[in-house]
Amino acid sequence: MILKGVTLPNGEVTDVEIESGCISSIKRTTSSGLDCDGLVLLPGFVDLHAHLRQPGFEESETVLSASQSAAAGGYTTVFAMANTEPTQDSPATVQYVSCLGEQVGLVRVRPIGAITKGLQGKELAPLAAMAASSAQVKVFSDDGNCLVNVDLMREALLEVKKFGGVIAQHAQDHQQTVGAQMNDGKLSIELGLTGWPRAAEEQIIARDVELAIETDSRLHVCHVTTAGGVEVIRWAKAKGAKVTAEVTPHHLLLNEELVRSYDPVYKVNPPLRTEEDTFALRRGLLEGTIDVLATDHAPHSKERKECEWQSAAFGMVGFEIAASVLFKVLILEGEGDWNDFARIMSIKPSEIGGLTKIGNPVEGSVADLVLFDPTTSRVISKQTHSLSTNNPWAGLELPGRVVHTMFQGRLTVKDGELVG
Amino acid sequence: MKHLVSIRDLSRQDALSLLSSAQELSQVNERSIKKLPTLRGRTVVNLFYENSTRTRISFEIAAKRLSADVINVSADSSSVTKGESLKDTAQTLEALGADCIVLRHPTSGAAHQLANFGWINSSVINAGDGTHEHPTQALLDALTIQQKLGEDLSEMKVLIVGDIRHSRVARSNAILLGMLGARVEFAGPDSLVPIELKNLAASISNDFDVSIANKPDVVMMLRVQRERMLENFKDSQREYINQWSLSRERLQKLAKRTLIMHPGPINRGLEISPEAAEDPRSVILQQVKNGLAVRMAVLHRLLSEEQ
Ligand SMILES: [Zn+2]
Repeated sequence: MILKGVTLPNGEVTDVEIESGCISSIKRTTSSGLDCDGLVLLPGFVDLHAHLRQPGFEESETVLSASQSAAAGGYTTVFAMANTEPTQDSPATVQYVSCLGEQVGLVRVRPIGAITKGLQGKELAPLAAMAASSAQVKVFSDDGNCLVNVDLMREALLEVKKFGGVIAQHAQDHQQTVGAQMNDGKLSIELGLTGWPRAAEEQIIARDVELAIETDSRLHVCHVTTAGGVEVIRWAKAKGAKVTAEVTPHHLLLNEELVRSYDPVYKVNPPLRTEEDTFALRRGLLEGTIDVLATDHAPHSKERKECEWQSAAFGMVGFEIAASVLFKVLILEGEGDWNDFARIMSIKPSEIGGLTKIGNPVEGSVADLVLFDPTTSRVISKQTHSLSTNNPWAGLELPGRVVHTMFQGRLTVKDGELVG
Repeated sequence: MKHLVSIRDLSRQDALSLLSSAQELSQVNERSIKKLPTLRGRTVVNLFYENSTRTRISFEIAAKRLSADVINVSADSSSVTKGESLKDTAQTLEALGADCIVLRHPTSGAAHQLANFGWINSSVINAGDGTHEHPTQALLDALTIQQKLGEDLSEMKVLIVGDIRHSRVARSNAILLGMLGARVEFAGPDSLVPIELKNLAASISNDFDVSIANKPDVVMMLRVQRERMLENFKDSQREYINQWSLSRERLQKLAKRTLIMHPGPINRGLEISPEAAEDPRSVILQQVKNGLAVRMAVLHRLLSEEQ
């Protein structure tokens, strides 16, 4: 197959030939192929943080529906968070999830292992065994259950260091967020909703980067949301800590003012912060303090969202808008270019997640590719390929569109539609 | 106007006109035949997820004086945690003929959701949502102040004392009285009057006696929720009383025309001394009366205009 007239991240227009799942050549040819005029060719996107909900919560999402939604968003690899039922805390469960992903075959599903058994924060899960299993787990996280216990956190960092793994921490000091519903500040006071202090996030980040320095092991900070958090990470990187960080599309573009509607579609953990925070996060991303965009795609069934704010579940879907949000804040409104885009969406996350052979498209590399149309824009509909509709982006107009997605040399999405 | 969820839904003009019709209706309440035919054939449902006999009865009598049919539903708030019940319950009540749902709910924003999420077509009146708002309470307080001190509230000094952080009464009052030109001061211990409250009030005080020395026109004492006070106020109950109760001593320092207000029910001897509650300057019972008039005015506005 030949992709005709693609625009490479550096601006060069050329043809790309795919053979046996790999890129066989990147040069102008006379043969015909799929017309990609005006489309930017990018490496397939890699999402370090997503909730696929299977096994255990199939009414919200399955590996199939999540893979479809991810492919539609340009993803070729998705890291599946560990809070399934049963928890992904054993070789058996991670291999099962990995296997579900292979059966679907639309994206590479890489399970994230739980750091502690049952996400209970009490006893380490068998990290090395999960790493050695066929699921090849490299990333470990208790996500929503931030590992507050400092001794266990240190132990986990030392353990993953042995096999080149990474601990991904959802930074939240639970003592400071009892009953918390939204960002702490003037607005939470006005709305009568319990506030979620920034310190609850920033203190854990600060502690963890110290531990990363002490253990000389790898820490990945999940979904940073505050200007202060960005500063702590900047400091840690300057000190040479092996720390990386992610930001979500919603924390880049949405802010707490939306909570005025009391619509639980805007309820998310960590919460939407202020507009100033979104600017700090964008700067952090552009300068590389924040390494990657990760969706924290968190589908929830209708009854968990169509209820009082306080009773509603935290989380929102994100696969299908992520690239458009990044395009908007990084390129249209920021000073970033397509190389930055590829770094943030694909190259860095694959590096952090311990994947090999995924990078900027070069001859010989696996044909995990996205063709993105930067000239169009679209109004987001509530229903996406996800089984859930907790979609805060519905009705918003976002620029750009994923036109084709190719996974291992095969089109999974063609002209915006799922293939087969 | 279809709903009354927040004082913020009202323009200054809306508020003044509600207050003046409440004033007219309060005179009806003084007559021997108190009933008006205005809302005959309309159904008002009091949907209460929190126990509040006073507020429920006030809405009930108000609706009946306007000849509406009234249904009281007290929902089990334990089912609230399961999530779906508010929408389902409201839709069921509407199917049974409710024209207006008066909602009391422990969750901030519940009335806003009911009014704005397209679940139902009925009018919604917020009878208190979590720690957010209680708009009819603010209206009845404003009416009481107008009756006692004059219709124009400009530059009037209103001191609201207690657990402001968790008070829907304080929020609604600060917004409404501020809109009508009054200067509202919040007073209470640091932990219960966080600095973030500053944009709701003209000023914040952490010393009751200093606030009293500034000669407020109105002192509004908030009800102390015992469990919450013990949890938030590190010092003992006695210490709280020393610093924040409208005691006999403080009562003597109030000017002669200062109004003493309280949304009720009062904790005698806790936030307010028996002497203060029974002082001639206390208008607590007038507030209760005005509650009826204000709720009649609101029901009238929402339901008769819609027809
Ligand atoms: Zn998380």
